Amino acid sequence: MVTNKLRSAGVLTALALALTACGGAKVGDAEPSAGASAGKDCGTVNLAVSPWVGYEANAAVVAYVATKDLGCKVVKKNLKEEIAWQGFSTGEVDVNLENWGHEDLKKKYITDQKVAVEAGVTGNKGVIGWYLPPWLAAAQPELLDWKNLNKSASLFKTSESGGKGQLLDGDPSFVTNDEALVKNLKLDYKVVYAGSETALIQAFRDAEKNKKPVIGYFYEPQWFFNELKLVKVALPPYTAGCDAAPAKVACDYPAYDLDKIVSKKFADSGSPAYELVKKFQWTNDDQNLVAKYIAEDKLTPDAAAEKWVKDNQAKVDAWLGK
Amino acid sequence: MASITGSVEIRVRRPRRAVIVGVLLVAWVAVWFVLRGIDTLTLGGQDTTRLHRWLTEEADSFGRGNAFLDAIRIAVDQLVVLLQAAIAQPSYGRPVPVIGWLGVVAVSAYLAWAFGNWKVALLAAAGLTFVGLQGLWQESMDTLALTIAAVLLALLVGIPLGIWAGLNDRIFKVATLVLDLMQTLPTFVYLAPLTLFFAIGPAAATIATLIYAAPPVVRLTAHAIRSVPQESVEAARSLGSTRGQTLLKVLLPMSRSTVVVGINQTIMAALSMVTVAALIDAPGLGQTVLKALQTLDVGVAFNAGLAIVVLAIVLDRVTTAAGDRPWRTASLRRKVLLGVGGAGVLVAVWFSRTYVWAAEFPTDLNIGSRIAILATDVTTWVQDVFGGFTYGVRDAATLGVLNPLESLLTESPWWLVVVVIVALAALLGGWRGALPAAVCLGLLVGTGVWHDAMVTLASTLLATVVVVAVGIVLGVWTGRNHRADSWLRPVLDAGQTMPPFVYLVPFLALFGTSRFTAIAAAVVFAVPVTTKIVADGIRAVPVATVEAANSVGSSSWQVISKVQLPVARRAITLAVNQGLIYVLSMVVVGGLVGAGALGYDVAAGFAQSELYGKGLAAGLAIVLLGVMLDRITQAAARRTRKFKGTVRGDNLW
Repeated sequence: MVTNKLRSAGVLTALALALTACGGAKVGDAEPSAGASAGKDCGTVNLAVSPWVGYEANAAVVAYVATKDLGCKVVKKNLKEEIAWQGFSTGEVDVNLENWGHEDLKKKYITDQKVAVEAGVTGNKGVIGWYLPPWLAAAQPELLDWKNLNKSASLFKTSESGGKGQLLDGDPSFVTNDEALVKNLKLDYKVVYAGSETALIQAFRDAEKNKKPVIGYFYEPQWFFNELKLVKVALPPYTAGCDAAPAKVACDYPAYDLDKIVSKKFADSGSPAYELVKKFQWTNDDQNLVAKYIAEDKLTPDAAAEKWVKDNQAKVDAWLGK
Repeated sequence: MASITGSVEIRVRRPRRAVIVGVLLVAWVAVWFVLRGIDTLTLGGQDTTRLHRWLTEEADSFGRGNAFLDAIRIAVDQLVVLLQAAIAQPSYGRPVPVIGWLGVVAVSAYLAWAFGNWKVALLAAAGLTFVGLQGLWQESMDTLALTIAAVLLALLVGIPLGIWAGLNDRIFKVATLVLDLMQTLPTFVYLAPLTLFFAIGPAAATIATLIYAAPPVVRLTAHAIRSVPQESVEAARSLGSTRGQTLLKVLLPMSRSTVVVGINQTIMAALSMVTVAALIDAPGLGQTVLKALQTLDVGVAFNAGLAIVVLAIVLDRVTTAAGDRPWRTASLRRKVLLGVGGAGVLVAVWFSRTYVWAAEFPTDLNIGSRIAILATDVTTWVQDVFGGFTYGVRDAATLGVLNPLESLLTESPWWLVVVVIVALAALLGGWRGALPAAVCLGLLVGTGVWHDAMVTLASTLLATVVVVAVGIVLGVWTGRNHRADSWLRPVLDAGQTMPPFVYLVPFLALFGTSRFTAIAAAVVFAVPVTTKIVADGIRAVPVATVEAANSVGSSSWQVISKVQLPVARRAITLAVNQGLIYVLSMVVVGGLVGAGALGYDVAAGFAQSELYGKGLAAGLAIVLLGVMLDRITQAAARRTRKFKGTVRGDNLW
């Protein structure tokens, strides 16, 4: 019984195979691999890709240009920031295309171990701060000044905040002074750690959709701003050195000039890709656009890069020194 | 039927202990009321202690370029690359893998048939074709290659270790401790150091998976060997068997089905690591999930998660069938069939090496995007319909149970908590409970994250109680009812292997960022393993015993409560233990959705180099909580066993 079934199944399969096999392209008939001049003078570039869409936009465009115009072989490695930095010392990462500050890591790998070097700014400005969903900013604009936050603390109360207002903190990748800020600005708030970018975005999305009040830590450039224009709350302005002692911080976060880091080995290799990485610069709008192609229009990183490069050939030419 | 002494014992001994526990708890609340807020050892989110800073510095001085580690790395790398070349990645100068999709499907179905039966062969073929249709063939094969490598290595190390631990009491104790450590130490804690030791690449990802996935097979192998009735071993001995013969002819054959459960669990655990390993560039489906999550694309994440579940179910069913297949020499007919089948497979492999359509999965038949859209729609619908209700449930549970429990634990002075827990442990489990509790709590104070540990403890206790309650109910049901089992199994498998990252987004929408969300995710993850072990234990109750109970007119409820549960007590203890450990292994994931405390500390330590030491300390604190709770429950179980043992004897005879 069983064997009969099996046998007939086998016969059917064989028949089906025989029928379909007559047609069809053979493996190896395909066109020779693209980029005939593949990487003689460029070689392989190990590009770290950190887990946020903005970084992926940088990586997509640089990888596209390096492959297309310079004939490099770009290997993208999906890594968390810390591990990407470690990769400089183990020789497995050549390029980091969007670094947010990280003075401690710069000291460790650039100054002390001398395995990495800076390769200039990306042109993107990083902003960190406290944000409100647009509906709340429109309904109660006074909340955009930190001085008025205490009056409405009860508005932000949740099951997690123990009777105080809830300040939603986020992604553990970023340094936060929020506990010190709340204390030093004498705010009647409790910092609740959402713990991931996903959780933060979901919280803002839910707040806007259901008109719920929420205040939380966020940052730009971020693809999410294409969907929801969060509004930044004004904290006491940043002055140089006001954040020197972490426990005494009572001012806003500084603006970050996002920059590029490459391995020493790569910088010394004379690869044309190094020149490209060094000259690569664009604006927050550029990055947000490519990030939007990836995050919302669901293009593959390569297709998104191709689309942007077609529309911005002049910028690309400048990176290539044409 | 119960003898007088039996019922007297129940009436006298039970209440007395319960009363003492009750008095203790009331006293605790009273003292808490007075002393609340002092000596709570609170530590801010970015604050660190001297120990944490020391650990951070030490992390950098870990050795590299060690020849031994290099040898391991190269060997593991080669194994993974070989498997990838065979089924996943373009290799050996060809634009396609050595074996194309048709070949892989044919080989898998053939192996499933040869070692299992034709049903699982069909399942294997259908499952693999399905992931191909999802548009995830290459990612799935990458994941499969890495999983096979990790599982093979885990079995290679784990089964001999399990046998050893099964035969030797001392090894068993040491192994239990080490396994607890391996299963509860959050992966995030060793993910970054592993890349230092084994470089970024397949080796580090495989070894991370291995560390997490090997414990179940060791544990269950040891458990199986120790559960073989003493009479069987003695019978073999009296017939003159040597130790080796006893092992090969009696112990191993008699433990086979439980060892296979262990192998299943190892495969499931390995697949549940797919997403986490992707954080250090492990190729495959995990990458798809993480990418989708960056843009909160539930649909695409679900599609990839579903592929992981399908792979898990195929692997699970095939191994189960292989385990159930009686060992016998093949008949001539079967040999011929095997030969014919093998020839067919070779033809399929040849096709898959020759023609593009058989090498690369056709893309025009893609149902992946439709699944993604459907999943998104369903999620949105659930969120819209149940949104308000779920927030209500969350607030009720948080305000009614979680917050009071947490206040009691976090706002009491630390020494008070230590005294109360040690006293409770002593009451429930004697010195076997009290001693480990005291040691663990002492070390916990030393980690410097006491306050966060108490927050996590409150959530963990609540989650574990729910997990055990649900797990025992489902386990008894599926253990007694074969049809329920076959319906529920795929759901349980999905709960266990669907990456938590996939359902975090909908959970966040339903419950917001909160501790309750973390508890819900932990319950989803831990219930399946508890259920499966309980069901396995219920099924292992000798049929004769159950029938004896039935024949004297016991109701179903009596059979369950007086016969099946007591006889399956060992399995239930193991289930509680595993439920607890699975809950603890979700603490870090919980930290990503608003549970804060230890989970957040670990995640932050992984993400910020200056917090590495604190993350490590928090990881160790999770382990300490696990060891402590485990020892207390084990000791308590040991006590009730002695006690219940007499009652059961009295009732039956």
